[in-house]
Amino acid sequence: MQSLVYILPELFLFIVATVLLVTGLFLKNIKLINLLAIFSLLVTVILILNQPFQSAFLNSFIVDEFSLVLKVIILIGSIASLIMFVSSKDDLNINIYEFPILIIFSTIGMMVMVSANDLLAMFIGLELQSLSLYVLAALNRNSLLSSEAGIKYFILGALSSGLLLFGISYIYGFSGNTNFNLIAVNINPESLGLIIGIVFVLAGLAFKVSAVPFHMWTPDVYQGAPTPITGFFALAPKIAAMGLLVRFLFNSFGEIYIDWQQIIFFISIASMMLAAFAAIAQTNLKRLMAYSSIGHIGYALIGVACFTDEGLRSLLIYLMIYLIMNIAVFAFLLSLKRNDGYFENISDLSGMHKNHPLRTMLIALIMFSLAGIPPLAGFFGKFYIFVAAIESEMLFLAIIGVVASVISAFYYLRIVKIMYFDEPKEEFDGSSIKSLNLLYYPSSILIIIFFIYPSPVINISEYAIQSII
Amino acid sequence: MSEIPILSILIFIPVVGIFFMLLIRNNDDQSSQNLKHTALWIAFLNFIISLSLLFSFDLNNPDFQFVEKYAWIESGISYHLGIDGVSILFVILTTMLVPICILASYESIKFSVKEYLISFLALETFMIGVFCSLDLVLFYLFFEGGLIPMFLIIGIWGGERRVYSTFKFFLYTLAGSVFMLLAIIYIFISTGTTDVETLLMYNFTTNEQLILWIAFFTSFMVKIPMWPFHTWLPDAHVEAPTAGSVILAGVLLKMAGYGFIRFSIGFFPDASEFFAPFIFSLSVIAIIVTSLIALVQEDMKKLIAYSSVAHMGFVTLGIFTFTVQGIEGGIIQMISHGIVSAALFLCVGVVYDRLHTREIARYGGLVSKMPFYSFSFMIFILASLGLPGTSGFVGEFLVLLSIFSINTYFAIFATTGVVLAATYSLWLYRRIIFGALIKDDLSEMFDLTRREIIIFLPLIILTISIGLYPKPIINIIEPSTEKIVNQIKMKLD
Repeated sequence: MQSLVYILPELFLFIVATVLLVTGLFLKNIKLINLLAIFSLLVTVILILNQPFQSAFLNSFIVDEFSLVLKVIILIGSIASLIMFVSSKDDLNINIYEFPILIIFSTIGMMVMVSANDLLAMFIGLELQSLSLYVLAALNRNSLLSSEAGIKYFILGALSSGLLLFGISYIYGFSGNTNFNLIAVNINPESLGLIIGIVFVLAGLAFKVSAVPFHMWTPDVYQGAPTPITGFFALAPKIAAMGLLVRFLFNSFGEIYIDWQQIIFFISIASMMLAAFAAIAQTNLKRLMAYSSIGHIGYALIGVACFTDEGLRSLLIYLMIYLIMNIAVFAFLLSLKRNDGYFENISDLSGMHKNHPLRTMLIALIMFSLAGIPPLAGFFGKFYIFVAAIESEMLFLAIIGVVASVISAFYYLRIVKIMYFDEPKEEFDGSSIKSLNLLYYPSSILIIIFFIYPSPVINISEYAIQSII
Repeated sequence: MSEIPILSILIFIPVVGIFFMLLIRNNDDQSSQNLKHTALWIAFLNFIISLSLLFSFDLNNPDFQFVEKYAWIESGISYHLGIDGVSILFVILTTMLVPICILASYESIKFSVKEYLISFLALETFMIGVFCSLDLVLFYLFFEGGLIPMFLIIGIWGGERRVYSTFKFFLYTLAGSVFMLLAIIYIFISTGTTDVETLLMYNFTTNEQLILWIAFFTSFMVKIPMWPFHTWLPDAHVEAPTAGSVILAGVLLKMAGYGFIRFSIGFFPDASEFFAPFIFSLSVIAIIVTSLIALVQEDMKKLIAYSSVAHMGFVTLGIFTFTVQGIEGGIIQMISHGIVSAALFLCVGVVYDRLHTREIARYGGLVSKMPFYSFSFMIFILASLGLPGTSGFVGEFLVLLSIFSINTYFAIFATTGVVLAATYSLWLYRRIIFGALIKDDLSEMFDLTRREIIIFLPLIILTISIGLYPKPIINIIEPSTEKIVNQIKMKLD
């Protein structure tokens, strides 16, 4: 019974989601349901902030500094995508009241993921999260692309879950435990079966964070899913999976880090390089953002590969800045609307600075920030990652990182080029984006002024990692 | 005086100006005039404030002055500003050129005026920041940040091939700089600080020095630029709007020269000594090769751009002699080149605004229509080829003097560059200004307007006064330069 108190935020969200599901049937007001959902997510943030640090359910569910910070980040991402949903639900043909509820369910899954300290808890969280996402991806029933995205995501996701489960069974078989801490105690460094288990679990998790070579679903799903959902994909699940990855590797396999380090090493390099080259050829903004997020995950993985507190700190800084930048980008994408139609090709941006000077200026700065040009926030993310990499003497990783960032600067610059240098097209609507401004302006301003006072983000990261190391 | 954070004020006045300009909403002619006036006044105000630096600057103090230091990112990386004799002149050069650039853009920029002026003021912030920062991370922030506004300036308001040029400019410089970033991080990790003052006292091992030196060098080599990585410069110059070229030649190239003096030879004297012959060779090749290339150019801006590469060759020659004369010569050469090449690009801009072509063959015999223009153009051409009595002479002379004391061969080859400079400059002048006015479309040309005279006058005065009486400038530079040279000597022994 005592344990139930420790999962109060998750429990609260679960009750809210169930109640909303029932009320939604009778109450046809989607806006109200969405508002209630946002409100309950905010309440959850407060609940999380006031929770005592404790472990529950025989130490399979941990509430600590790390989970606290990641949960708040995830909730911010969820709230952002709910705000995106309000502004676009009518035009995107996703006027379905289940949307906020599915988001909540997925959020619960993610919260379980970052708190999980047990292979089973980890799997439950992961599946709750994924199943909601499969439905979300296919939410626009009338769109072929959306259905394709849903199916594709489901099949590949199921496959990765299978791999993950297979890996879990190996780990359980060779260590006799499912609890991360107990695995760490009973670890046998010589055991080959354990390594096989780690490889399979990592493959499954790499799929969830969309790291190369398990990234194939990302561009298609990003493109096919309705934009607010794509925004959600880019924001919350990756951060949650990253948190899970860290806890899984650091808590249970810290002792044999040499073995998994090279795997992370490889997928990090592969993600950075592949994303940098593949994104150059994209014409669709959402596909481009998919490759961009693959690349960013590659950078974040450098922080994991270091296996130092410096690396973990840089990972968290990176994830926070990544979240803010992506909120801005997807809010921007949703504001590209003209005559009730949305535009997502890069060429549609052509010359838009003539009609929307301020909006274009801010998004251009976001692009520079994604490319990691100082003095914008994106630079600091990369800076800390490289600090961590060089400190753990992974100079090679850092060099690949900077080379990839120069290459990827090219495609971000191409967007700026098209917005500023090309001939203008028709104006975009400005009326329906009021709620998006709520996301767009604060996040872009945060990115621009980040350099003046970066300490809060750094302090939060330092606070978060103290429970892992 | 020390209580007022004057350097921060200098850096952030343009930012405040940007906020003001964002408030001007309309997009008609009247508001764009207002925008131009606002920007001009902000830049001019900054110039006046920077002059006050000169008056309160202690000439006998070789250390950093007007120092400000606040905790910033974390321990070891602080917001640390300060200037000494080496950097003060660059700050003033920057604040002087920006109002001139804005004034020069009054007629030539016809659309998106607000974005243009905002880019320029942002660029000013970054440029002043580069010369003031005494922290490597802060330096890198400003050094790279300048790419963003410059990318937009070339790309939006440039000529026909502007997209190609601006991408080349951006990616070249970025690719060069990221290795400097890694080097900075390495320094931060191995010494625990990125504070320049502390690091100047720190002794790196020789192996560390060699690698770090190369990392810094790739960045500065691309930026200054040195042969064979100079190819972005002519493209960028040709396509940039006049004011963009002015600021590019006038200030942006100097950031790299400043970096060489402050960081490359300051932090890594052993490596610098080791690589000095290599630098000399590259510089001499640059001087001769780019001068020869300049001879065959059909485009005025391209010719001046190549001459810039040659002139910067003298700068690197001077810096890596590690003598007081050489470094002073390098600094004066940079200041002089900042004034003269900026003025030359403005000269091109004047005729370009009237005829909309930069092709040399389209001109000829302008002297009969534009006497004032011909006169100012002549002064700058003569200064560019280093005629005694102009600012160009002082720097080149000091550099050649110092390189003679080190190595005669390099000196002989470098001197041929002076002859070549005379050839292409005078030939350019002859083809544009002299001869009979036979081309029909030139008959419409009119002489300098009042605005253009205001632009040229300070530059002419400076060119001649530095040339005739360089003593005040040398007085400013000398103590700090001596300190740098002594430090190097001490570290080498």
